[in-house]
Amino acid sequence: MSAIDQALNAARFIEDRTHEKYFDALMWSLREARDRSALEVPEWEELRDLASAIKEHTLSNLAQYLEEFEASATRNGSQVHWALDAHEHNQIVADILNRHGAKNLIKSKSMLTEECETRPFLENRGVSVTETDLGERIQQLDDEPPAHIVGPAFQKTPQDIANVFARAYGSDASNTDVVYLAHQMREHTRPLIEKADAGMTGANFAVAETGAVVTVTNEGNADLSGNVPKLRICSVGIEKIIPSNRDLAVFIRLLSRSSIGLPITQYTSHFRAPREGGEMHIILVDNGRSARLGMEKFWPSLKCIRCGACMNTCPVYRRSGGLSYGSTYMGPIGIIMMPTFGIRRYSELPFSSTLNGSCSNVCPVKIDIHEQIYAWRGVMDEKHQVKLAKKTAMAVAGEVLSHPELYRIATSATETSLKLLPRFAIYNDLNAWGKHRETPEPAKQTFHQWYKEHRQ
Amino acid sequence: MGMREDVLDRVRRNQPSARSRPVVPDFSRIAQANLLKTFAKSLELMAGVLVEKPPDDLGAFLRKQFPNAKNICSAVPEYAGDSRPEDYSTWSDAAKIDVTVVRSPMGVAETGSVLLSEEDLRVNTIAFLAHDIVILLDPQKIVENIHAAYRHPVFKEKAYSVLMSGPSGSADIGGKEVHPAQGVMTLTVILWPEQAKT
Repeated sequence: MSAIDQALNAARFIEDRTHEKYFDALMWSLREARDRSALEVPEWEELRDLASAIKEHTLSNLAQYLEEFEASATRNGSQVHWALDAHEHNQIVADILNRHGAKNLIKSKSMLTEECETRPFLENRGVSVTETDLGERIQQLDDEPPAHIVGPAFQKTPQDIANVFARAYGSDASNTDVVYLAHQMREHTRPLIEKADAGMTGANFAVAETGAVVTVTNEGNADLSGNVPKLRICSVGIEKIIPSNRDLAVFIRLLSRSSIGLPITQYTSHFRAPREGGEMHIILVDNGRSARLGMEKFWPSLKCIRCGACMNTCPVYRRSGGLSYGSTYMGPIGIIMMPTFGIRRYSELPFSSTLNGSCSNVCPVKIDIHEQIYAWRGVMDEKHQVKLAKKTAMAVAGEVLSHPELYRIATSATETSLKLLPRFAIYNDLNAWGKHRETPEPAKQTFHQWYKEHRQ
Repeated sequence: MGMREDVLDRVRRNQPSARSRPVVPDFSRIAQANLLKTFAKSLELMAGVLVEKPPDDLGAFLRKQFPNAKNICSAVPEYAGDSRPEDYSTWSDAAKIDVTVVRSPMGVAETGSVLLSEEDLRVNTIAFLAHDIVILLDPQKIVENIHAAYRHPVFKEKAYSVLMSGPSGSADIGGKEVHPAQGVMTLTVILWPEQAKT
């Protein structure tokens, strides 16, 4: 399979200025909301340290906590299944549905089921699957994967969504009022929820001590999916385990603030046991996680709680759109997770970063994201997954940067040429910077020239 | 069981050397006297409505607040309502409810949340499929923050429990929270000491 060319996909996204501007502004507003919200919590940094330490403790004792979770959940009357990979997971879901003759499944958003491509798997077997998260439903109706792990349809403007709903539901395509659009979703999805014969959710956390699967939603759709039908299936990545409710508190305080700048989501729901007369199935899914756990540099990416803060702050993600990554997880966290799903296919992703470190600074569980991105570049080089043009450019840069004299000549020459060259000589295919923006005004002198003048 | 052992074996083989477990403090900061004020502020932020004392006549209050409501489902002894949770033995039928009235055993000042479980709801769906929800809360049962909240025994005892914080909403279009989503359209908390009965 050929490598995803994120830069090329991003260039296509940028061609459409409306979407580029809309998406960038939306993502940055979430980053600002996160900052305001975090500042209101005096112990914010302490919570981040704790969250990181709890995750590291749990991941380094994961087998024990998985067994504890299984024992608690089984004691509560849930049925626990284990899946080594996506196919096993999907087959378990299909078998459960089949045993109950369930044909109408309602689902709340789950990145794990995106990763496993569960929806098409079930649809091919005659199961009608309805996504109940607004953003996820929009993407389902438009036959697109999520562009963001928190708001799958963030890349679409209200007009795009009005068009999707007009096509699917016959609503008014000229009405882009967000409340109107939310009503359309409610009116058309609620009847499907009411007649569903099985419900499926993911898990934000799975608590070993109580055997509970915890979901966090604004819409209450996990509560609907998990409560309306008698048959409930929860898909849980094995890294979602945490020891106890005491630990859970730390993550609940961090998650929504990091994500959308609110102190909590409207529904923080704890599914500890099946409802009376019902069944609750929990599928613990590996799908490459145990292998990543053994990677000395990269295992901390398993600490991720899927808040999306690293994406909202990333200048590359904000201006590329989420779909440009061609992957289930996108943005900085996607860059460090996806290569473990396919080193060739995602070999270009580690280069879609400025390494500015903003992602690591906002990460609520303190994953060293930008350092991992840099380390992945090294892995790609070692595994010969770096394109020749990129390697040559890097080699030239390495040579210039390691020789001060050469560097001074190069910077001085660039400043001079920017002043003298005609526009066509600056804005062409060789200058990636100038493709969608103006090149900055050249400085009167280089820093080195200024330093020599003022310090000697 | 083959898959179970497979997964656990791989995890055991690959997990990094053991890190110690941190102790999570309570982060208690708000004075008891300010809990109510903080709760009110947080609930407002989450788009919930606060009524600070029990209305003289809850029925009249509900008719005024929800003039179109034909079916008020009451899960509390304080008010008879038009139906009771037990009337919805098929849980999806709760969609016929206009307003649900239920009592919460705990509020959380930090987040404006109220705790509900199957013990309070009896039929869980009355909290989501109803058009609106009215929650009675004893102001003495407001705890400071999420750390304190998770000490409540409900989380370890009940099959289903939820911290509800304002009405169902979504920020999926344009990143700004709008209501409604698929759950309740409005959420009202009435501060109502448990001993005061109508």
